Amino acid sequence: MLKVRNISKTFNPGTINEKKAIDGLNLSLKEGDFVTVIGGNGAGKSSLLNAVAGVWPVDSGSIELAGEDITGLPEYKRAKLIGRVFQDPMMGTAPDMWIEENLAIAMRRGEKRTLKWMVTKQDRELYRERLSELGLGLEDRLQVKVGLLSGGQRQALTLLMATLKSPKLLLLDEHTAALDPATAAKVLELSDSVVERNNLTTLMITHNMTDAIRHGNRLIMMNAGHIILDIEGEEKRHLTKKELLDKFAEVAGHQEETDAVLLS
Amino acid sequence: MNFLNLLSRMPSACAQGILWGLMALGVYITFRVLDIADLSVDGTFATGGAVTVMLIIAGFPAWLALLIAILAGIAAGLCTGLLHTKLGIPAILSGILTQFALYSVNLHIMGMKANQTASLKKYGMIFENGKGFLVSSRYIPAAIGVGFAIACIVIFILYRYFGTEQGSAIRATGSNAAMASAQGININNMKVLGLSISNGIVALSGGLMTQFQGTADVNIGRGAIVIGLASIIIGEVFCDIFFRKGANFAVRMTFVIFGGVLYYVAMTVILWLKMDPNDLKLFTAIIVAIFLAVPYLKNQAKTSFGRAAKMAANGKGEK
Repeated sequence: MLKVRNISKTFNPGTINEKKAIDGLNLSLKEGDFVTVIGGNGAGKSSLLNAVAGVWPVDSGSIELAGEDITGLPEYKRAKLIGRVFQDPMMGTAPDMWIEENLAIAMRRGEKRTLKWMVTKQDRELYRERLSELGLGLEDRLQVKVGLLSGGQRQALTLLMATLKSPKLLLLDEHTAALDPATAAKVLELSDSVVERNNLTTLMITHNMTDAIRHGNRLIMMNAGHIILDIEGEEKRHLTKKELLDKFAEVAGHQEETDAVLLS
Repeated sequence: MNFLNLLSRMPSACAQGILWGLMALGVYITFRVLDIADLSVDGTFATGGAVTVMLIIAGFPAWLALLIAILAGIAAGLCTGLLHTKLGIPAILSGILTQFALYSVNLHIMGMKANQTASLKKYGMIFENGKGFLVSSRYIPAAIGVGFAIACIVIFILYRYFGTEQGSAIRATGSNAAMASAQGININNMKVLGLSISNGIVALSGGLMTQFQGTADVNIGRGAIVIGLASIIIGEVFCDIFFRKGANFAVRMTFVIFGGVLYYVAMTVILWLKMDPNDLKLFTAIIVAIFLAVPYLKNQAKTSFGRAAKMAANGKGEK
């Protein structure tokens, strides 16, 4: 489904702030793979997601999604294939627009925006149905500005918007990090069920090792712009937090500092 | 201080207010919908007037001249939009550059004269010959009627447009560009589109205002952005009073026109009070500054370091 071949990205090249964010990274996802991504700060997790989403072009390498080479496509053109939920709950929704208007924007993801009326009656029924599945009571508030919702509600709505039109790839960028523990658990549970129901290919970054182990069928660990650990299937299912830390120490060796970050 | 004299000036103030209110509608699209302060409107307003008058003098029907003026405004907005999105110049500077350049362009349009007059006597009114002026200061009740009708049409079209998929994409771009991009919206195109629509409306207003006065002036648009902002803010204050926060887009746009009328009524009263007309701009700027500051100051009053210090000093912060 997703084939990332030998991509690299350096920020601020030639300056004192030069930073090699991704360094010859290879990654291949099968259809329906749910991959959790862990790693210390600056390991390149978000850069990997941004490279795939097309926030900026990569310096070298290629990215293929659903059989299409998307390396040269800007973010808004890749959007037809990719659904995204950001870390910041404010980032995924338009606060000045109604809930149903936000959903209508998501409903036309990757399509030409025509002069047709945006929210049709049958669309509204669909939105109501899908919102009720969130279990947050939003189905009765279709014409409420999204800016009035809480962070958790907005993140749940963003998740729904990202998956309303089934994407080829779902990118979750620490999407529960800014939420309180109870809300975070709820949003994670929603993510699980929506991924499972639609058999979505998913990349999920998390700082929480327990979540990384519990969710998905495959786990990758990143360091210094590479993937240093890739565990899937049976092996992942029996993984413990302790083993993960040991594996990390084994691969990364001397980098105790990053260990501490991972533990947090 | 003759009160009847003030009353007799009101119809003219209303007519001008509606026509300037249309300009404010254009500003509303950039300032509120797209969240860009577009300063090109000062130039575009004069462009609309210049194109209209020159085409009327060249023998075009006034309504056709107006339509072409709208196209000229759209072109000006396109310039600002492309400067901003293709060349990476900040929006506010792009607007200033376009406005600056339009001064020369407008002079060229008007045959290198600072003003050009099309006489009402020669061209007549549209209801006399079908091709004359749509509005004129000589026929003020008709001007109010025509201005109102055009405002209704523009509001209706904008209301419909911003409810479509494309119009909503412009709104999403202004509300949250990151979200718009992630949802597959080309935000640069939407900005260019919004700026073009906005400047088209401003040019329409400029063309109507020029017909109203019978004269196009290269300086007529100076400060238009401030008058636009004043109209928007006055309109919003009254809209919130009548509708709380529950007004839909069409109602809010109607109140922008209403804000333009109120602005002109206020200016007329000020002139009637024998204040120096040269002080009007200072006065307007102060009013706009105050209204723009109100939301911020309100917020500050609720939570500020000064207040926190006071609470702490009084011991109220302890419990």
